[in-house]
Amino acid sequence: MDLISQGFAWIFAPAQWVGGGSIQVRLGEHLYYTGVSLAIAVVIAVPIGLYIGHTGKGRGLAIAVSNISRALPTLGLLAALVLLLGIGLLPAVIVLVILGIPPLLAGVYAGIESVDPQTVDAARAMGMTELQILLKVEIPLGAALIIGGFRAATLQIIATTVVAAYFSLGGLGRFLIDGQSQNDYPKLVGGAILVIALALVVDGLLALIQKLVVPSVSAGTRSTRRTARGGAIPPVAQSRTLIKEGQ
Amino acid sequence: MEWVWTNFGLIWGLTLSQVWLSALPIVIGFVVSIPLGYLASRSRVARSILLSLGGILYTIPSLALFIIIPVIIGTSILDPINVIIALTIYAIAIMVRSAADAFAAVPEPVQDSATAVGFSRFQRFFAVDLPLSGPVLLAGIRVVSVSTVSLVSIGSVIGVSSLGFLFTDGFQRSFFTEIWAGIVGTLIIAAVFDVILVLVGRLLMPWNRRSSPKLARVVASKRSVVLR
Repeated sequence: MDLISQGFAWIFAPAQWVGGGSIQVRLGEHLYYTGVSLAIAVVIAVPIGLYIGHTGKGRGLAIAVSNISRALPTLGLLAALVLLLGIGLLPAVIVLVILGIPPLLAGVYAGIESVDPQTVDAARAMGMTELQILLKVEIPLGAALIIGGFRAATLQIIATTVVAAYFSLGGLGRFLIDGQSQNDYPKLVGGAILVIALALVVDGLLALIQKLVVPSVSAGTRSTRRTARGGAIPPVAQSRTLIKEGQ
Repeated sequence: MEWVWTNFGLIWGLTLSQVWLSALPIVIGFVVSIPLGYLASRSRVARSILLSLGGILYTIPSLALFIIIPVIIGTSILDPINVIIALTIYAIAIMVRSAADAFAAVPEPVQDSATAVGFSRFQRFFAVDLPLSGPVLLAGIRVVSVSTVSLVSIGSVIGVSSLGFLFTDGFQRSFFTEIWAGIVGTLIIAAVFDVILVLVGRLLMPWNRRSSPKLARVVASKRSVVLR
């Protein structure tokens, strides 16, 4: 426990806030890697997820992709790519994008798919085009799960960026790797505290956004609201998917 | 490939420690999550407390958790127990949610009829609730299993030996084959664990043989939203 207070002391020492390896520089690097990778992952995964969710085609592929990626060891992937492409931002960003895509893809298509088929049919019967259905019905109603996927992808990328420091990259993970190799425990623990704080703050902000975007409408979307609060898929939605699959 | 054969002893040893480091959290996580998940399915308050706590713990990046745990419980930073505890925490965080959903999905009329024919609460849990939740629990533990196996290797950054050693060592020696062997080994362990879980599921739930993979697939796909 004493080490924790030493870690905090390390964080708040003025020396940590000046120079090239200061906390704000490392934090900036961390957010930069995360932001760039997330943006690329969004550009790739969101359109595909929308397509799969809306049409129902390629669902098996999306599930396979997310299952395989979960089994892939991030450390091994990073080591292989850094060795292949050389130390630098590119291999790290590639790995971060690869790891960010599956949760995003799953979130987007699960969100679109969670929308009650009757609601979609009603929209279609009213004369909405497929694009209108997607933009005005499916995306707003599936927003909670879509942002849930974004949240999961963001955290995955933040966590992997920490590990990427092992391969001579910047970011908050630097403090952990350097603290470990220099036997500098206050630095090690201080760095870990910073990483945890960053993850919790970012996740909290995204949870807040998730809460705000969910349309609070009639009883028909009760399941949507429930997912927003707990993040879990209610049994109703599961059984509905099951029924659909059984057909 | 030749390197793999000449170093088979090393790889096998690392594989065994990887198996231990991941099997323990999977098993402990499952056992702990069953009562917690049942509690969460019975009480709204317990559900929101357990799930939000799990969510917060799951948010913590693994490397940071590996470092903070020894500081809190006072073990050495190189002790493999830290990795086991951290991965058990992650396993519980995922599994409690699965278990809570699984128990909540047991139809109430079925529970009522079990009570009506004289089952005690305890009997009902083991004879009715648990078997009926089986397929969803299996889907949940399969997700836990795969992600635990792949997370173990990160422990090698802080010196806890597993197949992850092949990643750090291979990188330092600029030796691609070694890294490749580690990745393939990790995937094989994950696949073997998954096959074992499915087989155990079939053995314990023979009535479910046909519908289980489908349900598992659906639940697994949904789960991936909350996973890292």
